[in-house]
Amino acid sequence: MKSLFYSTLAAIITISILSTLPAHASTPEEIVVYSARKEHLIKPLFDAYTKKTGVKIAYITAKANPLLERLKAEGKNTPADLLITVDAGNLWHAAQSDLLQPIESPALINAVPENLRDPQNLWFGLSIRARTIVYNADKVSADQLSTYEDLAADKWKGRLVLRTSKKVYNQSLVASLIEQHGEAKAEKIVKGWVNNLAIDPTSNDTKAMQAIANGIGDVAIVNTYYYGRLMKESPELSLKLFWPNQKTTGVHMNISGAGVTKYAKNKSGAVKLLEWLASEEAQKTFGALNQEYPVNPEVSSTEEVASWGTFKGNPMNVTAYGEKQADAIKLMDRAGYK
Amino acid sequence: MNKIIRTSIPLIVAAFAVTPILVIFSSALQPREDLWTHLLQTSLPTLALNTLFLCLGVAIGTGVLGVLLGWIIATCDFPGRRFFSTALLLPMAIPTYVFAFVFLGLFDFSSPLQLLLRDWFGIAPFDVRSIWTVCITMTLALYPYVYVMAKSGFTTQGQRCLEAARTLGRSYFSAFYSVGIPLCRPWIAIGILLVLMETLADFGAVSVFNFDTFTTAVYKAWYGFFSLSTASQLASILVLLALILLNGEQRLRKKMRFTQERSSFQRIPLNGIKAIAACCFCTAIFFIGFIIPVVQLAWWSLGNFTIELSAQYLTFSANTLTLGLVAAGITCLAALSLAYAARFQKTKFTQVVISLSTIGYSLPGTVLAVGIIAPIAYFDNAYIQISTWIIGQPVPPLLQGTILALLIAYAIRFLAAAYGSINSSMQRITPSMDEASALMGITGWKMLSKVHLPQLKTGLFTAALLVLVDVMKEMPITLMTRPFGWDTLAVKIYELTSEGEWERAAIPSVLLILVGLIPVLYINKKTDCA
Repeated sequence: MKSLFYSTLAAIITISILSTLPAHASTPEEIVVYSARKEHLIKPLFDAYTKKTGVKIAYITAKANPLLERLKAEGKNTPADLLITVDAGNLWHAAQSDLLQPIESPALINAVPENLRDPQNLWFGLSIRARTIVYNADKVSADQLSTYEDLAADKWKGRLVLRTSKKVYNQSLVASLIEQHGEAKAEKIVKGWVNNLAIDPTSNDTKAMQAIANGIGDVAIVNTYYYGRLMKESPELSLKLFWPNQKTTGVHMNISGAGVTKYAKNKSGAVKLLEWLASEEAQKTFGALNQEYPVNPEVSSTEEVASWGTFKGNPMNVTAYGEKQADAIKLMDRAGYK
Repeated sequence: MNKIIRTSIPLIVAAFAVTPILVIFSSALQPREDLWTHLLQTSLPTLALNTLFLCLGVAIGTGVLGVLLGWIIATCDFPGRRFFSTALLLPMAIPTYVFAFVFLGLFDFSSPLQLLLRDWFGIAPFDVRSIWTVCITMTLALYPYVYVMAKSGFTTQGQRCLEAARTLGRSYFSAFYSVGIPLCRPWIAIGILLVLMETLADFGAVSVFNFDTFTTAVYKAWYGFFSLSTASQLASILVLLALILLNGEQRLRKKMRFTQERSSFQRIPLNGIKAIAACCFCTAIFFIGFIIPVVQLAWWSLGNFTIELSAQYLTFSANTLTLGLVAAGITCLAALSLAYAARFQKTKFTQVVISLSTIGYSLPGTVLAVGIIAPIAYFDNAYIQISTWIIGQPVPPLLQGTILALLIAYAIRFLAAAYGSINSSMQRITPSMDEASALMGITGWKMLSKVHLPQLKTGLFTAALLVLVDVMKEMPITLMTRPFGWDTLAVKIYELTSEGEWERAAIPSVLLILVGLIPVLYINKKTDCA
């Protein structure tokens, strides 16, 4: 008993002494990144950058909102130089909370299309995530499908599977509907979707696809890379992608992206890293790591992703997703979309 | 001097523990009317009902299962008892969210089970997600909390009262509920209370089922509406609920005494059909609660070894265990000081402070993390400003992004778990023991180390076990406050599951369970000997 007591005490003292050392001894060139993009999707790029330039990158990953809160709390003393997140809404909010600084960089302006970056250059998209329709080819033929809006029609009653409205991808999709059609029409569409649901919304895209593959419902709305991953695991599933809204607005596109923090200690390092991430060299890997689409129009997507066909994307500026996010959630709540 | 230290330590502990709660309360003071009206008009009524139902279901489920198992293991003897005594604890090493995704993997429409049903019997695929399945999953994941507490209560209660009841003509089972259970009220109540607080705070498991509870609304307010203040208001309601539960429980047993002189304990040997029944019951729970989920996880892991497993996992495992051990040590010491204060300073003030210090357990982890990060950042900013002013050059922050900050956060989060166990053990020590030792001149620290600690052994080890396992499974606080390079297995699970890669997440999950087994087995051995 006594020995346990003393060894605990000793451990506490050691740890306390250890922890009074600076959080991490940073060399001047080191870049510190807060990333909401998961480690396994970003680390290979950091490793490549360090190998190429010798610049070390320290990073921490977490969910976007807690990272923003951490940045806010740390204020001027934050160690972070670069913030990487997924979803335009999160980037928009980081900009709104005054956590980022504008970057004047011709390289970034060239590499990132105008609708996929902040108008004040506070953040830049780095990969495109297309949210599209997937269908069970045994039960549906492609010519029955047309648009996101059409999924609200009566003919899809009991045939639609959606992921939860709590996921930001769906919030952004509905935000884009509000931006396009106005709130009243958007609400009608979402209500139609809810009416057509085959089962309660699923917790993720993969479950939604598995449902329609196994005979619950016929169509779902998913991000393409989830489709790619599922088909790699179970190629026998008769699921196919469909590009909606090709005659109208185009496929809904979201981004993952990054911005330099307002109080970055190593601003020039962060800008260089950001420029590299948008460059042709890095873009190929950036998208390929998760079967996403590169943001840089000069770079082609991987062979497998290319095999899904080309599509017209929605040219809407992604900042709209942030601006309309709260309205979108309220709308989905009213429509009973769980 | 000694006395000043003795009274000030609990106060310092309480100050640390209460600060984040106050931060959350205070940030709840900036109302956003429109959001509340919206929530009230749309989802809130359903959420409240869902939460109530879930709490009831899980409380009943874990209560019945935990108390029954605790009773059988502590007071009966049958083949395999020693094995089950430990084995029934093991589900504790599996995080609730892992339970949830394993459950769905086993039973949902793409599971082998449903495919089989479809191929053999032509049964159409169906959706297993419902309030019942959420209740069952959480019951299986959380019953060990009640079990471990009940077992410790039953083991320490001695058998005189039971014998008395039985000589007075009560049957074995009648003695169980008329004497056994009432004598272990504090343990059972604390166990169920911990389960309830975990249920209120849970986000991971319910979101796997897309089942909306109060916590879902907290997250929606924050992640969706970016309104931390509305999230804090909602979270404050959770805190108030926990306070009511806590006080109600204390009020109910205010006048009761649970002390027990040491006495030898003879287990009742079961034979024939009774022994077989006890054995089967324990086996069934052990299988459903541990073996099946672990086999499923192992199965998933096999397919992903080559992609996912790397040397990194050694570091993750070491981090997980180190953080758990140190945090358990700190938390138990802090809880011990509170329990001591509760014993010797029986004032209203002490009671209120202790209640407030322990309700952080009912808050969703991320929300509590915000309450912790904000004051730490405030302190550091002030420290940097002052030092810069004195030395004339910038200094690095003292707490932010350090391991110390993370450990403080853990201690605050899990104080309730440690305190509940230690305090109920404290209640077995008769006040006459204190008086006797005081008469012999043994007071203060000496009384604690020579008289109390040996008798608190079971309680302390149980507390350490609860905190250790909880810290190892903890996700949101670790995510938000960990220093660079301190990724844990739970962090890895988060990274993989949040991208929907359940099968790959099986590898860190299996490792987490394996690493978690070390303390469970070690500590359980210690408490069984005690």
